[in-house]
Amino acid sequence: MAEPRIVIVGAGPAGMRAAARLVEAGLCPVVVDEAPASGGQIYRRQPRQFHRAAASLYGFEARKATGLHRMFDALLPRIDYRPETLAWNVYENVVHLRHGTESEALRFDALILAPGATDRIMPLPGWTLPGVYSLGGAQIALKAQACAIGARPAFLGTGPLLYLVAYQYVRAGAAVAAVLDTSPLAGRIAALPALSARPSMLAKGLYYTAWLAAHGVGMLSGVTPLAITGEGRVHQLRLRDSRGSEQIIACDAVGLGYGLRSETQLADLARCEFAFDAPSRQWLPVTDTDGRSSVPGVYLAGDGVRAAGADAAELAGRLAACAVLADLGRTVRPAETALLRRRLARTARFGRGLELGFSWPARLAGELPDATLVCRCEAITAGEIRGAASTFGAPEMNRAKAFVRIGMGRCQGRYCGLAGAEVLAAARGVPVEKVGRLRGQAPVKPLSISLAGAAP
Amino acid sequence: MPRGEEGLFRRVDEHARAPVRIEVDGVAATARSGDTLLVALLTVRARLRESEFGDGARAGFCLMGACQDCWVWTAAGERLRACTTEVAEGMHILTSGMPWPNPAS
Repeated sequence: MAEPRIVIVGAGPAGMRAAARLVEAGLCPVVVDEAPASGGQIYRRQPRQFHRAAASLYGFEARKATGLHRMFDALLPRIDYRPETLAWNVYENVVHLRHGTESEALRFDALILAPGATDRIMPLPGWTLPGVYSLGGAQIALKAQACAIGARPAFLGTGPLLYLVAYQYVRAGAAVAAVLDTSPLAGRIAALPALSARPSMLAKGLYYTAWLAAHGVGMLSGVTPLAITGEGRVHQLRLRDSRGSEQIIACDAVGLGYGLRSETQLADLARCEFAFDAPSRQWLPVTDTDGRSSVPGVYLAGDGVRAAGADAAELAGRLAACAVLADLGRTVRPAETALLRRRLARTARFGRGLELGFSWPARLAGELPDATLVCRCEAITAGEIRGAASTFGAPEMNRAKAFVRIGMGRCQGRYCGLAGAEVLAAARGVPVEKVGRLRGQAPVKPLSISLAGAAP
Repeated sequence: MPRGEEGLFRRVDEHARAPVRIEVDGVAATARSGDTLLVALLTVRARLRESEFGDGARAGFCLMGACQDCWVWTAAGERLRACTTEVAEGMHILTSGMPWPNPAS
Protein backbone atom coordinates (compact mmCIF):
# COMPACT_ATOMS: atom_id res chain seq x y z
CA MET A 1 0.00 0.00 0.00
CA ALA A 2 1.30 3.45 -0.90
CA GLU A 3 2.15 5.74 1.97
CA PRO A 4 -0.81 7.96 2.87
CA ARG A 5 -0.43 11.58 1.79
CA ILE A 6 -0.83 13.93 4.73
CA VAL A 7 -0.95 17.64 3.98
CA ILE A 8 -0.34 20.23 6.71
CA VAL A 9 -1.34 23.83 5.98
CA GLY A 10 0.69 26.29 8.04
CA ALA A 11 4.24 26.17 9.40
CA GLY A 12 3.70 27.98 12.68
CA PRO A 13 3.97 26.23 16.05
CA ALA A 14 1.01 23.90 15.37
CA GLY A 15 2.03 22.87 11.85
CA MET A 16 5.69 22.43 12.82
CA ARG A 17 4.85 20.13 15.73
CA ALA A 18 2.36 18.15 13.65
CA ALA A 19 5.01 17.60 10.99
CA ALA A 20 7.54 16.46 13.58
CA ARG A 21 5.16 13.88 15.03
CA LEU A 22 4.36 12.43 11.60
CA VAL A 23 8.08 12.19 10.78
CA GLU A 24 8.61 10.34 14.08
CA ALA A 25 6.08 7.80 12.78
CA GLY A 26 8.07 7.38 9.58
CA LEU A 27 5.74 9.42 7.36
CA CYS A 28 6.67 12.24 4.98
CA PRO A 29 4.03 14.98 5.23
CA VAL A 30 3.60 17.84 2.76
CA VAL A 31 3.89 21.14 4.66
CA VAL A 32 2.37 24.12 2.84
CA ASP A 33 3.12 27.61 4.16
CA GLU A 34 2.53 31.04 2.70
CA ALA A 35 5.61 32.54 4.37
CA PRO A 36 9.15 32.18 3.00
CA ALA A 37 10.36 30.67 6.31
CA SER A 38 8.76 28.56 9.03
CA GLY A 39 7.86 29.89 12.47
CA GLY A 40 4.43 31.39 11.89
CA GLN A 41 3.78 34.95 13.00
CA ILE A 42 4.86 34.51 16.62
CA TYR A 43 8.20 32.93 15.81
CA ARG A 44 8.63 34.69 12.48
CA ARG A 45 12.26 34.79 11.39
CA GLN A 46 14.03 37.96 10.36
CA PRO A 47 15.34 38.13 6.77
CA ARG A 48 18.80 36.68 6.15
CA GLN A 49 20.32 40.19 5.88
CA PHE A 50 19.42 40.92 9.52
CA HIS A 51 21.70 39.98 12.40
CA ARG A 52 19.95 40.80 15.68
CA ALA A 53 20.23 38.16 18.42
CA ALA A 54 17.27 35.90 19.12
CA ALA A 55 16.86 37.46 22.56
CA SER A 56 16.16 40.86 21.05
CA LEU A 57 13.55 39.37 18.68
CA TYR A 58 11.70 36.96 20.91
CA GLY A 59 12.45 38.16 24.47
CA PHE A 60 11.55 35.53 27.07
CA GLU A 61 10.55 33.16 24.25
CA ALA A 62 13.96 33.23 22.52
CA ARG A 63 14.97 29.69 23.48
CA LYS A 64 11.57 28.34 22.54
CA ALA A 65 11.70 30.10 19.17
CA THR A 66 15.20 29.02 18.23
CA GLY A 67 14.53 25.49 19.48
CA LEU A 68 11.45 25.22 17.29
CA HIS A 69 13.29 26.65 14.28
CA ARG A 70 16.15 24.17 14.71
CA MET A 71 13.74 21.29 15.19
CA PHE A 72 11.88 22.13 11.97
CA ASP A 73 15.06 22.78 9.96
CA ALA A 74 16.25 19.30 10.93
CA LEU A 75 12.99 17.85 9.52
CA LEU A 76 13.47 19.41 6.08
CA PRO A 77 15.21 16.42 4.43
CA ARG A 78 12.33 14.20 5.55
CA ILE A 79 9.28 16.30 4.63
CA ASP A 80 7.89 17.82 1.44
CA TYR A 81 8.11 21.47 2.52
CA ARG A 82 6.40 24.06 0.29
CA PRO A 83 7.17 27.61 1.48
CA GLU A 84 5.68 30.67 -0.29
CA THR A 85 2.71 28.52 -1.23
CA LEU A 86 -0.89 29.56 -0.71
CA ALA A 87 -3.58 26.97 0.01
CA TRP A 88 -6.56 28.72 -1.54
CA ASN A 89 -9.29 26.10 -1.64
CA VAL A 90 -10.27 22.72 -0.24
CA TYR A 91 -12.78 20.67 -2.16
CA GLU A 92 -13.53 17.09 -1.20
CA ASN A 93 -10.12 15.40 -0.80
CA VAL A 94 -8.14 17.96 -2.77
CA VAL A 95 -6.35 21.07 -1.55
CA HIS A 96 -5.63 23.71 -4.19
CA LEU A 97 -2.24 25.39 -4.02
CA ARG A 98 -0.55 28.35 -5.68
CA HIS A 99 3.21 28.86 -5.75
CA GLY A 100 4.35 31.86 -7.81
CA THR A 101 2.53 31.51 -11.10
CA GLU A 102 2.01 27.75 -10.76
CA SER A 103 -1.07 26.06 -9.41
CA GLU A 104 -1.51 22.51 -8.19
CA ALA A 105 -4.43 20.40 -7.02
CA LEU A 106 -3.08 18.07 -4.36
CA ARG A 107 -5.09 15.04 -3.28
CA PHE A 108 -4.79 14.14 0.41
CA ASP A 109 -5.66 11.26 2.69
CA ALA A 110 -5.50 13.50 5.73
CA LEU A 111 -5.39 17.28 5.99
CA ILE A 112 -4.18 19.13 9.09
CA LEU A 113 -5.19 22.79 8.95
CA ALA A 114 -3.00 25.02 11.12
CA PRO A 115 -3.47 28.40 9.42
CA GLY A 116 -3.18 30.57 12.55
CA ALA A 117 -4.99 33.80 13.27
CA THR A 118 -5.04 37.50 12.55
CA ASP A 119 -5.74 40.42 14.84
CA ARG A 120 -9.38 40.91 15.69
CA ILE A 121 -10.45 44.44 14.87
CA MET A 122 -13.16 46.76 16.13
CA PRO A 123 -13.14 49.74 13.77
CA LEU A 124 -13.31 53.38 14.82
CA PRO A 125 -13.43 56.57 12.77
CA GLY A 126 -10.01 57.14 11.21
CA TRP A 127 -8.72 53.56 11.46
CA THR A 128 -7.85 53.51 7.75
CA LEU A 129 -5.49 56.51 8.02
CA PRO A 130 -1.85 55.87 7.13
CA GLY A 131 -0.09 55.10 10.42
CA VAL A 132 -2.77 52.82 11.88
CA TYR A 133 -1.68 49.17 11.95
CA SER A 134 -2.91 46.00 13.52
CA LEU A 135 -1.07 45.18 16.75
CA GLY A 136 0.34 42.08 15.08
CA GLY A 137 1.47 44.27 12.18
CA ALA A 138 3.17 46.70 14.58
CA GLN A 139 5.01 43.75 16.10
CA ILE A 140 6.01 42.35 12.69
CA ALA A 141 7.44 45.75 11.68
CA LEU A 142 9.71 45.59 14.70
CA LYS A 143 10.54 41.88 14.73
CA ALA A 144 10.97 41.22 11.02
CA GLN A 145 12.04 44.64 9.76
CA ALA A 146 13.62 46.51 12.73
CA CYS A 147 11.15 49.36 12.22
CA ALA A 148 8.72 51.16 14.50
CA ILE A 149 5.36 52.13 12.97
CA GLY A 150 5.97 55.72 14.08
CA ALA A 151 8.09 57.94 16.28
CA ARG A 152 5.37 58.16 18.93
CA PRO A 153 2.86 55.32 18.56
CA ALA A 154 -0.14 54.70 20.81
CA PHE A 155 -1.45 51.19 21.35
CA LEU A 156 -5.21 50.73 21.51
CA GLY A 157 -7.42 47.71 22.01
CA THR A 158 -7.26 44.89 24.49
CA GLY A 159 -5.45 41.64 25.14
CA PRO A 160 -2.01 40.55 26.26
CA LEU A 161 -0.48 41.56 22.93
CA LEU A 162 -1.33 45.21 23.68
CA TYR A 163 1.13 45.28 26.58
CA LEU A 164 3.70 42.99 25.00
CA VAL A 165 3.99 45.10 21.83
CA ALA A 166 4.18 48.34 23.84
CA TYR A 167 6.95 46.78 25.95
CA GLN A 168 8.84 45.66 22.86
CA TYR A 169 8.54 49.14 21.34
CA VAL A 170 9.89 50.89 24.42
CA ARG A 171 12.73 48.35 24.63
CA ALA A 172 13.54 49.12 20.99
CA GLY A 173 13.79 52.81 21.77
CA ALA A 174 10.38 54.06 20.58
CA ALA A 175 8.55 56.71 22.60
CA VAL A 176 5.19 55.05 23.27
CA ALA A 177 2.47 57.70 23.64
CA ALA A 178 0.06 55.55 25.66
CA VAL A 179 -1.38 52.07 26.15
CA LEU A 180 -5.16 52.25 26.00
CA ASP A 181 -7.19 49.21 27.01
CA THR A 182 -10.95 49.02 26.45
CA SER A 183 -11.33 46.31 29.11
CA PRO A 184 -11.94 47.45 32.65
CA LEU A 185 -9.33 46.67 35.28
CA ALA A 186 -11.99 44.89 37.34
CA GLY A 187 -12.42 42.33 34.57
CA ARG A 188 -8.74 41.48 34.66
CA ILE A 189 -8.85 41.05 38.43
CA ALA A 190 -11.87 38.75 38.07
CA ALA A 191 -9.90 36.71 35.53
CA LEU A 192 -6.96 36.11 37.88
CA PRO A 193 -8.08 32.67 39.13
CA ALA A 194 -8.34 31.34 35.56
CA LEU A 195 -5.11 33.06 34.50
CA SER A 196 -3.26 31.40 37.40
CA ALA A 197 -3.64 28.12 35.49
CA ARG A 198 -0.35 29.17 33.88
CA PRO A 199 1.59 31.08 36.56
CA SER A 200 4.59 31.83 34.34
CA MET A 201 2.42 33.40 31.64
CA LEU A 202 0.55 35.44 34.23
CA ALA A 203 3.87 36.56 35.74
CA LYS A 204 5.13 37.69 32.33
CA GLY A 205 1.96 39.72 31.74
CA LEU A 206 2.27 41.40 35.11
CA TYR A 207 5.95 42.04 34.46
CA TYR A 208 5.28 43.85 31.15
CA THR A 209 2.63 46.04 32.78
CA ALA A 210 4.83 46.89 35.77
CA TRP A 211 7.81 47.54 33.48
CA LEU A 212 5.78 49.93 31.31
CA ALA A 213 4.54 51.79 34.41
CA ALA A 214 8.11 52.01 35.76
CA HIS A 215 9.21 53.48 32.43
CA GLY A 216 6.60 56.20 32.58
CA VAL A 217 4.28 54.88 29.86
CA GLY A 218 0.73 56.10 30.44
CA MET A 219 -1.79 53.26 30.63
CA LEU A 220 -5.56 53.59 30.80
CA SER A 221 -8.16 50.86 31.27
CA GLY A 222 -11.86 50.88 30.47
CA VAL A 223 -11.51 53.45 27.69
CA THR A 224 -14.03 54.12 24.93
CA PRO A 225 -12.18 54.93 21.68
CA LEU A 226 -13.78 57.82 19.75
CA ALA A 227 -11.66 58.59 16.68
CA ILE A 228 -8.22 58.70 15.14
CA THR A 229 -7.71 61.98 13.30
CA GLY A 230 -5.11 63.62 11.08
CA GLU A 231 -4.51 64.97 7.59
CA GLY A 232 -3.27 62.06 5.49
CA ARG A 233 -1.62 60.51 8.55
CA VAL A 234 -2.25 60.07 12.25
CA HIS A 235 -2.04 63.17 14.45
CA GLN A 236 -4.12 62.23 17.46
CA LEU A 237 -6.40 59.73 19.09
CA ARG A 238 -9.54 60.80 20.93
CA LEU A 239 -11.15 58.67 23.61
CA ARG A 240 -13.38 58.77 26.67
CA ASP A 241 -11.66 57.53 29.81
CA SER A 242 -13.30 55.26 32.39
CA ARG A 243 -14.66 58.29 34.27
CA GLY A 244 -16.33 59.65 31.15
CA SER A 245 -13.89 62.52 30.43
CA GLU A 246 -12.71 63.04 26.90
CA GLN A 247 -8.95 62.79 26.39
CA ILE A 248 -6.76 63.55 23.40
CA ILE A 249 -3.59 61.52 22.93
CA ALA A 250 -1.01 63.10 20.59
CA CYS A 251 0.58 60.32 18.53
CA ASP A 252 1.78 59.68 14.98
CA ALA A 253 0.80 56.01 14.75
CA VAL A 254 -1.66 53.60 16.34
CA GLY A 255 -1.34 49.85 16.91
CA LEU A 256 -4.88 48.48 17.07
CA GLY A 257 -6.13 45.04 18.09
CA TYR A 258 -8.65 43.24 20.29
CA GLY A 259 -7.27 39.74 20.63
CA LEU A 260 -7.24 37.28 17.75
CA ARG A 261 -9.63 35.86 15.18
CA SER A 262 -9.07 32.39 13.83
CA GLU A 263 -8.38 31.85 10.11
CA THR A 264 -11.29 29.49 9.55
CA GLN A 265 -11.97 29.81 5.80
CA LEU A 266 -10.25 26.58 4.74
CA ALA A 267 -12.06 24.60 7.45
CA ASP A 268 -15.28 26.14 6.15
CA LEU A 269 -14.47 25.23 2.55
CA ALA A 270 -13.71 21.68 3.74
CA ARG A 271 -17.30 21.74 5.09
CA CYS A 272 -16.36 21.39 8.74
CA GLU A 273 -19.17 22.02 11.18
CA PHE A 274 -19.02 25.31 13.12
CA ALA A 275 -20.60 26.32 16.43
CA PHE A 276 -21.01 29.66 18.16
CA ASP A 277 -18.54 30.13 21.01
CA ALA A 278 -20.27 32.45 23.48
CA PRO A 279 -17.24 33.60 25.55
CA SER A 280 -15.30 34.77 22.48
CA ARG A 281 -18.42 35.73 20.45
CA GLN A 282 -17.09 33.93 17.36
CA TRP A 283 -18.25 31.01 15.25
CA LEU A 284 -15.51 28.41 15.37
CA PRO A 285 -15.02 24.98 13.80
CA VAL A 286 -16.02 22.10 16.04
CA THR A 287 -13.36 19.54 16.95
CA ASP A 288 -12.95 16.74 19.44
CA THR A 289 -10.23 17.04 22.10
CA ASP A 290 -7.58 15.81 19.65
CA GLY A 291 -8.42 18.09 16.72
CA ARG A 292 -10.70 15.90 14.57
CA SER A 293 -13.20 18.07 12.72
CA SER A 294 -16.68 16.89 11.75
CA VAL A 295 -15.27 15.87 8.35
CA PRO A 296 -13.36 12.56 8.24
CA GLY A 297 -9.75 13.15 7.25
CA VAL A 298 -9.74 16.84 8.16
CA TYR A 299 -7.97 17.87 11.38
CA LEU A 300 -7.62 21.33 12.91
CA ALA A 301 -4.95 22.66 15.24
CA GLY A 302 -3.67 25.85 16.79
CA ASP A 303 -4.98 29.41 16.68
CA GLY A 304 -6.80 28.60 13.43
CA VAL A 305 -9.41 26.62 15.31
CA ARG A 306 -9.45 28.65 18.53
CA ALA A 307 -7.02 31.38 19.55
CA ALA A 308 -5.12 30.02 22.53
CA GLY A 309 -1.54 31.04 21.81
CA ALA A 310 1.70 29.44 20.70
CA ASP A 311 2.21 26.90 23.50
CA ALA A 312 -1.31 25.57 23.03
CA ALA A 313 -0.71 25.45 19.28
CA GLU A 314 2.40 23.29 19.71
CA LEU A 315 0.45 20.82 21.86
CA ALA A 316 -2.57 20.84 19.54
CA GLY A 317 -0.40 20.31 16.46
CA ARG A 318 1.24 17.25 17.95
CA LEU A 319 -2.09 15.93 19.21
CA ALA A 320 -3.75 16.36 15.79
CA ALA A 321 -0.88 14.39 14.23
CA CYS A 322 -1.46 11.65 16.83
CA ALA A 323 -5.15 11.62 15.83
CA VAL A 324 -4.18 11.25 12.16
CA LEU A 325 -1.87 8.36 13.03
CA ALA A 326 -4.48 6.62 15.19
CA ASP A 327 -7.09 6.99 12.44
CA LEU A 328 -4.63 5.47 9.95
CA GLY A 329 -4.35 2.48 12.24
CA ARG A 330 -0.88 3.30 13.53
CA THR A 331 0.01 2.75 17.15
CA VAL A 332 0.01 5.82 19.36
CA ARG A 333 0.80 5.32 23.03
CA PRO A 334 -2.21 6.35 25.16
CA ALA A 335 0.17 7.95 27.67
CA GLU A 336 1.35 10.39 25.00
CA THR A 337 -2.11 11.60 24.03
CA ALA A 338 -3.24 11.70 27.67
CA LEU A 339 -0.35 13.98 28.59
CA LEU A 340 -0.93 16.27 25.60
CA ARG A 341 -4.65 16.53 26.40
CA ARG A 342 -3.94 17.36 30.03
CA ARG A 343 -1.48 20.11 29.13
CA LEU A 344 -3.80 21.47 26.46
CA ALA A 345 -6.66 21.66 28.97
CA ARG A 346 -4.51 23.89 31.16
CA THR A 347 -3.85 26.27 28.27
CA ALA A 348 -7.59 26.29 27.52
CA ARG A 349 -8.37 27.38 31.07
CA PHE A 350 -5.81 30.17 30.76
CA GLY A 351 -7.32 31.12 27.40
CA ARG A 352 -10.74 31.47 29.02
CA GLY A 353 -9.14 33.76 31.56
CA LEU A 354 -7.78 35.96 28.77
CA GLU A 355 -11.23 36.18 27.16
CA LEU A 356 -12.69 37.21 30.51
CA GLY A 357 -9.95 39.69 31.40
CA PHE A 358 -9.58 41.22 27.94
CA SER A 359 -13.09 40.95 26.59
CA TRP A 360 -14.01 41.86 23.01
CA PRO A 361 -15.81 45.24 23.29
CA ALA A 362 -18.96 44.26 21.41
CA ARG A 363 -20.82 47.26 22.86
CA LEU A 364 -18.72 49.65 20.77
CA ALA A 365 -20.22 48.37 17.49
CA GLY A 366 -23.68 49.75 18.24
CA GLU A 367 -22.22 53.18 19.08
CA LEU A 368 -20.08 53.60 15.94
CA PRO A 369 -21.08 56.74 14.00
CA ASP A 370 -22.87 55.83 10.73
CA ALA A 371 -19.99 57.22 8.65
CA THR A 372 -17.38 54.89 10.20
CA LEU A 373 -15.77 52.58 7.66
CA VAL A 374 -16.20 48.99 8.79
CA CYS A 375 -14.94 47.37 5.57
CA ARG A 376 -11.64 48.94 4.57
CA CYS A 377 -11.47 47.02 1.26
CA GLU A 378 -14.53 48.68 -0.23
CA ALA A 379 -15.19 51.58 2.16
CA ILE A 380 -18.48 50.22 3.48
CA THR A 381 -19.78 52.09 6.50
CA ALA A 382 -21.57 51.13 9.69
CA GLY A 383 -24.54 53.10 8.33
CA GLU A 384 -24.68 50.94 5.20
CA ILE A 385 -24.69 47.77 7.30
CA ARG A 386 -27.51 49.24 9.40
CA GLY A 387 -29.27 50.02 6.14
CA ALA A 388 -28.97 46.38 5.14
CA ALA A 389 -30.95 45.62 8.29
CA SER A 390 -33.50 48.44 8.17
CA THR A 391 -34.07 48.95 4.43
CA PHE A 392 -33.50 45.43 3.12
CA GLY A 393 -34.32 43.43 6.25
CA ALA A 394 -31.12 41.39 6.01
CA PRO A 395 -31.49 38.78 8.76
CA GLU A 396 -27.89 37.59 8.75
CA MET A 397 -24.39 38.39 7.49
CA ASN A 398 -24.44 36.62 4.13
CA ARG A 399 -27.63 38.41 3.14
CA ALA A 400 -26.15 41.71 4.32
CA LYS A 401 -23.10 40.89 2.18
CA ALA A 402 -25.33 40.39 -0.86
CA PHE A 403 -27.10 43.71 -0.25
CA VAL A 404 -24.26 46.04 0.73
CA ARG A 405 -21.08 44.06 0.00
CA ILE A 406 -19.84 43.84 3.61
CA GLY A 407 -17.22 41.05 3.61
CA MET A 408 -17.16 40.92 -0.21
CA GLY A 409 -13.83 42.73 -0.59
CA ARG A 410 -10.38 41.36 -1.15
CA CYS A 411 -9.62 40.55 2.50
CA GLN A 412 -12.68 38.27 2.39
CA GLY A 413 -14.14 39.63 5.61
CA ARG A 414 -11.06 38.93 7.73
CA TYR A 415 -11.08 42.44 9.18
CA CYS A 416 -14.74 43.50 8.92
CA GLY A 417 -16.55 40.19 9.48
CA LEU A 418 -16.71 40.01 13.26
CA ALA A 419 -17.27 43.74 13.82
CA GLY A 420 -19.80 43.85 10.96
CA ALA A 421 -21.77 41.06 12.62
CA GLU A 422 -21.89 43.08 15.85
CA VAL A 423 -23.10 46.17 13.95
CA LEU A 424 -25.80 44.14 12.19
CA ALA A 425 -26.88 42.40 15.41
CA ALA A 426 -27.06 45.71 17.30
CA ALA A 427 -29.12 47.26 14.47
CA ARG A 428 -31.51 44.33 14.50
CA GLY A 429 -31.59 44.14 18.29
CA VAL A 430 -30.71 40.44 18.32
CA PRO A 431 -27.85 38.47 19.90
CA VAL A 432 -24.81 38.33 17.62
CA GLU A 433 -25.11 34.56 17.07
CA LYS A 434 -28.46 35.20 15.37
CA VAL A 435 -26.79 37.03 12.48
CA GLY A 436 -24.55 34.05 11.72
CA ARG A 437 -21.16 34.26 10.12
CA LEU A 438 -19.73 35.05 6.70
CA ARG A 439 -19.30 31.83 4.74
CA GLY A 440 -15.76 31.14 3.53
CA GLN A 441 -15.30 31.49 -0.23
CA ALA A 442 -12.54 30.32 -2.53
CA PRO A 443 -10.06 31.67 -3.30
CA VAL A 444 -9.35 32.63 0.32
CA LYS A 445 -6.89 35.24 -0.97
CA PRO A 446 -6.86 37.03 -4.34
CA LEU A 447 -5.45 35.07 -7.30
CA SER A 448 -5.00 36.11 -10.89
CA ILE A 449 -7.83 34.92 -13.15
CA SER A 450 -5.42 32.99 -15.38
CA LEU A 451 -4.11 30.99 -12.45
CA ALA A 452 -7.51 30.04 -11.04
CA GLY A 453 -8.61 29.07 -14.54
CA ALA A 454 -5.63 26.77 -14.93
CA ALA A 455 -6.56 24.69 -11.91
CA PRO A 456 -8.37 21.42 -12.61
CA MET B 1 4.70 62.12 -4.11
CA PRO B 2 5.18 65.39 -2.30
CA ARG B 3 8.89 66.09 -1.98
CA GLY B 4 10.18 66.28 1.53
CA GLU B 5 7.30 64.16 2.79
CA GLU B 6 8.36 62.44 5.99
CA GLY B 7 8.16 58.66 6.20
CA LEU B 8 5.80 56.89 8.60
CA PHE B 9 8.16 54.16 9.77
CA ARG B 10 11.32 54.64 11.85
CA ARG B 11 14.26 52.31 11.57
CA VAL B 12 15.38 51.34 15.05
CA ASP B 13 18.14 48.84 14.26
CA GLU B 14 19.90 46.92 11.46
CA HIS B 15 21.20 50.12 9.86
CA ALA B 16 24.25 48.46 8.33
CA ARG B 17 22.54 46.65 5.46
CA ALA B 18 23.49 47.30 1.85
CA PRO B 19 21.59 50.06 0.04
CA VAL B 20 19.07 49.12 -2.67
CA ARG B 21 18.13 51.74 -5.25
CA ILE B 22 14.51 51.90 -6.42
CA GLU B 23 12.21 54.40 -8.07
CA VAL B 24 8.82 55.32 -6.63
CA ASP B 25 6.43 57.22 -8.88
CA GLY B 26 9.47 58.37 -10.85
CA VAL B 27 11.41 59.60 -7.82
CA ALA B 28 14.65 57.86 -6.77
CA ALA B 29 14.67 56.32 -3.31
CA THR B 30 17.11 54.21 -1.34
CA ALA B 31 16.01 51.14 0.60
CA ARG B 32 18.03 48.52 2.48
CA SER B 33 18.67 44.96 1.46
CA GLY B 34 16.11 42.74 3.23
CA ASP B 35 13.43 45.45 3.44
CA THR B 36 9.94 44.54 2.40
CA LEU B 37 8.63 46.85 -0.28
CA LEU B 38 6.22 48.23 2.31
CA VAL B 39 9.08 49.25 4.60
CA ALA B 40 11.14 50.57 1.70
CA LEU B 41 8.29 52.91 0.77
CA LEU B 42 7.02 53.88 4.21
CA THR B 43 10.43 54.87 5.57
CA VAL B 44 10.51 57.63 2.93
CA ARG B 45 6.84 58.52 2.53
CA ALA B 46 3.50 58.26 4.27
CA ARG B 47 1.29 56.39 1.83
CA LEU B 48 1.27 53.33 -0.42
CA ARG B 49 -1.90 53.75 -2.43
CA GLU B 50 -5.19 55.58 -2.75
CA SER B 51 -8.39 53.79 -1.83
CA GLU B 52 -10.34 53.05 -5.03
CA PHE B 53 -13.43 54.22 -3.16
CA GLY B 54 -12.32 57.82 -2.69
CA ASP B 55 -11.76 57.74 1.06
CA GLY B 56 -8.11 58.72 0.96
CA ALA B 57 -4.59 57.39 1.22
CA ARG B 58 -3.74 53.96 2.59
CA ALA B 59 -0.48 52.59 3.94
CA GLY B 60 -1.25 48.93 4.60
CA PHE B 61 -2.60 47.54 7.84
CA CYS B 62 -1.82 43.93 8.81
CA LEU B 63 1.75 43.45 7.50
CA MET B 64 1.09 39.69 7.30
CA GLY B 65 -0.47 39.25 3.88
CA ALA B 66 -4.04 39.06 5.17
CA CYS B 67 -5.70 42.45 4.58
CA GLN B 68 -4.57 43.09 0.97
CA ASP B 69 -4.43 46.84 1.65
CA CYS B 70 -0.83 47.39 0.53
CA TRP B 71 -1.06 46.63 -3.16
CA VAL B 72 1.28 48.61 -5.39
CA TRP B 73 2.14 48.21 -9.07
CA THR B 74 5.29 47.86 -11.09
CA ALA B 75 5.71 50.04 -14.17
CA ALA B 76 5.23 46.83 -16.18
CA GLY B 77 1.76 46.39 -14.70
CA GLU B 78 2.47 43.63 -12.19
CA ARG B 79 0.58 43.88 -8.92
CA LEU B 80 2.67 43.40 -5.77
CA ARG B 81 1.60 42.93 -2.17
CA ALA B 82 4.09 45.29 -0.57
CA CYS B 83 4.19 43.65 2.87
CA THR B 84 5.25 40.24 1.55
CA THR B 85 7.52 41.34 -1.32
CA GLU B 86 11.23 41.84 -0.76
CA VAL B 87 12.62 44.99 -2.30
CA ALA B 88 15.03 44.49 -5.23
CA GLU B 89 17.52 46.75 -6.96
CA GLY B 90 16.00 48.72 -9.82
CA MET B 91 12.33 48.22 -8.96
CA HIS B 92 10.04 50.86 -10.48
CA ILE B 93 6.98 51.16 -8.27
CA LEU B 94 3.79 53.08 -8.98
CA THR B 95 1.41 53.95 -6.19
CA SER B 96 -1.32 55.87 -7.99
CA GLY B 97 -3.56 53.20 -9.37
CA MET B 98 -3.09 50.61 -12.06
CA PRO B 99 -0.63 51.63 -14.77
CA TRP B 100 -3.09 51.22 -17.65
CA PRO B 101 -2.28 52.49 -20.18
CA ASN B 102 1.40 52.15 -19.47
CA PRO B 103 2.44 55.57 -18.10
CA ALA B 104 6.05 54.88 -19.10
CA SER B 105 5.12 55.11 -22.78
